[in-house]
Amino acid sequence: MTGSGTNVVWLGSPSFPEAARPLLKDEQLRGNLRRATTTIRERRLAVTGELDDWEELRTAGEALKRRTLRHLDRYLEQLEESVTRAGGQVHWAADAAEANRIVADLVHATGEREVVKIKSMATQETGLNEALAEAGISAYETDLAELIVQLADDRPSHILVPAIHRNRAEIREIFRTAMARYGRPAPEDLSDEPKALAEAARLHLREKFLRAKVAVSGANFAVAETGTVAVVESEGNGRMCLTLPETLITVMGIEKLVPSFADLEVFLQLLPRSSTGERMNPYTSMWTGVTPGDGPRAFHLVLLDNGRTATLADRHGRQALHCIRCSACLNVCPVYERTGGHAYGSVYPGPIGAVLTPQLVGVENAASLPFASTLCGACYDACPVKINIPEVLTHLRAEVVEAARARRRLPTAEAVVMKAAGSVLASPARLAAAQKAASLGGRLLGHSVRRLPGPLSGWTDSRDLPVPPAESFRAWWKRTDGGRQDENDKKDQKEGT
Amino acid sequence: MSSRTEILRRVRSALADVPRTEQPGDVAVPRAYRDSHVRGEEAAVFAERVAYYRARVVTCAPAGAPAAVARLLGERGARRVVLPGGFPADFLPPGEWSWLRDQPPLGVEELDAADAVLTTAALGVAATGTLVLDAGPGQGRRVLTLLPDHHICVLRAEQIVGDVPEALRLLDPYRPLTFVSGPSATSDIELNRVEGVHGPRRLDVVLVGEVGEIAEKGASR
Ligand code: SF4
Repeated sequence: MTGSGTNVVWLGSPSFPEAARPLLKDEQLRGNLRRATTTIRERRLAVTGELDDWEELRTAGEALKRRTLRHLDRYLEQLEESVTRAGGQVHWAADAAEANRIVADLVHATGEREVVKIKSMATQETGLNEALAEAGISAYETDLAELIVQLADDRPSHILVPAIHRNRAEIREIFRTAMARYGRPAPEDLSDEPKALAEAARLHLREKFLRAKVAVSGANFAVAETGTVAVVESEGNGRMCLTLPETLITVMGIEKLVPSFADLEVFLQLLPRSSTGERMNPYTSMWTGVTPGDGPRAFHLVLLDNGRTATLADRHGRQALHCIRCSACLNVCPVYERTGGHAYGSVYPGPIGAVLTPQLVGVENAASLPFASTLCGACYDACPVKINIPEVLTHLRAEVVEAARARRRLPTAEAVVMKAAGSVLASPARLAAAQKAASLGGRLLGHSVRRLPGPLSGWTDSRDLPVPPAESFRAWWKRTDGGRQDENDKKDQKEGT
Repeated sequence: MSSRTEILRRVRSALADVPRTEQPGDVAVPRAYRDSHVRGEEAAVFAERVAYYRARVVTCAPAGAPAAVARLLGERGARRVVLPGGFPADFLPPGEWSWLRDQPPLGVEELDAADAVLTTAALGVAATGTLVLDAGPGQGRRVLTLLPDHHICVLRAEQIVGDVPEALRLLDPYRPLTFVSGPSATSDIELNRVEGVHGPRRLDVVLVGEVGEIAEKGASR
């Protein structure tokens, strides 16, 4: 995993439709997902609905992110200066491998061989745990869901609740079989009650927290003006990592900045209500550099690019960098609800993954993802920073087609249609017509389009050349009620409600 | 070329479409949202919302605070109680407690073995039911409120502000800040909320002042 070590796209992952196919039949998974996303959707609506200025907050959040990104160079330099002034040290990592190397070197310099970790998308993206293991350093995940994923040697499937695909019985099994390998074993008589499972995690991790000398975290926000870094969490594992160790290393994407401390007033209202559906999450920690006598004596902030500047360069696509990782778009997405996160083959699943992943790694390396959507627009409505995900998806589809055309020197009708679709998005009827035209165009050009279940088989080709499916995803989705009533798939039909 | 130089170069070239003369302030940020979603009755709203997180809220007049604290400590038979420097003597409960003062600094094992911690807070936020700790007098180092399993916080009603924007204006970003909204919790198992993972599993708030008829809120567990 050294070298280009990156998990943005998991190596060897099949394209979205291939990966989705078996998952669509996994009734356990679909049941878990449906229950979970329904609960969280209702909670989110209740707490966002009680604010009569929710739209104004979204508008302000979007504008603040736009201001930050349009002047990112200036804010990054300001952040570096603020953090340094407050006693922290700033490091710059152009890619995943460099970030991992910086962290490993910092850990080695302390003489330690293990670190405790707070859930962090950035370090998942860089594949830090694997890189540290190669450098002889053990990294222990301390967020409950991340612990479940790590113990099961599994992959996260949701950006907020990475083990959302596991039910309580599975979690109990994972704890009973794997905890002993990493430290304190699970109690003999462990039940599958969530309370008992949480208690087992508490006991298992306690000894690790108390002896930890180095912690690695991500960051939800960093304030350019003051150098203040914020971590938003629920369990208190974040507070443990931010407070107990002597050395704290925070790895943060360069887009996580906000200009001033007061700007947090917008995001601290938007984030908890959108993500866990709470008025406020249990714990938010903020620190500025180091504080003598309180918490770590050394603070390192690693600023990570890893494809973000490439995303920034795309005027239409750069809004994906507004993302505050609340996961609301996953929870409202009809496609995510059926397939789960693993089908996306990336640490960033769901609608945000479909727009962010191809931009971070290049569309040619994730060509099926922009097509993993019905363009229903639910994600845009839910997004607290107003990222127009359908618009970016359409834009990226055109790029995928363009890239394939350039490689094969084939004119495609779809490329033309996809470009036009940007202006068509406002009208679902026109969009449907456009997609039909695209699929017709494909057949006129004489590509073979296999007609087996819906558009899924058409997509299997999409890493190479996305042959427009005979039936658009949108039309197929509508006809089969999201894959539940596909006549080629009796099992799904039976399971449909 | 250093990565710093390289990243800044990439950022600048990515932003080639941004006019050179544009200043950050030229990107308008409409702030039409409210300063606060709570107008009046801040203490009552605060009490209700803290209790919603299954923390316990006891309200009392200033003279009643020591007795309220004593009762909360006594319920679980707490003896060893962490007491940060600068905790107001007026609120100290009568009786035989073994106070663990953080002078010299307590070790993590001692803190882990303590029954409870008794603190004040910098302020409370009504709309979200949040306590904010800023390591000031009566609060101490962050770790003091983290390792003991039971946190009792005494807050004066006049310390409660309406909402997050008002709170941030009063806070100093150069102090370590901890926003606490209920006891530690997780929703990682089938999205069921379970209180108590790594932070204190019990959070009690003693709200001191004239706050109307609320006497006690929140389920005791
Ligand atoms: S894209 Fe928007 S809704 Fe989705 S995770 Fe990011 S901020 Fe949340």
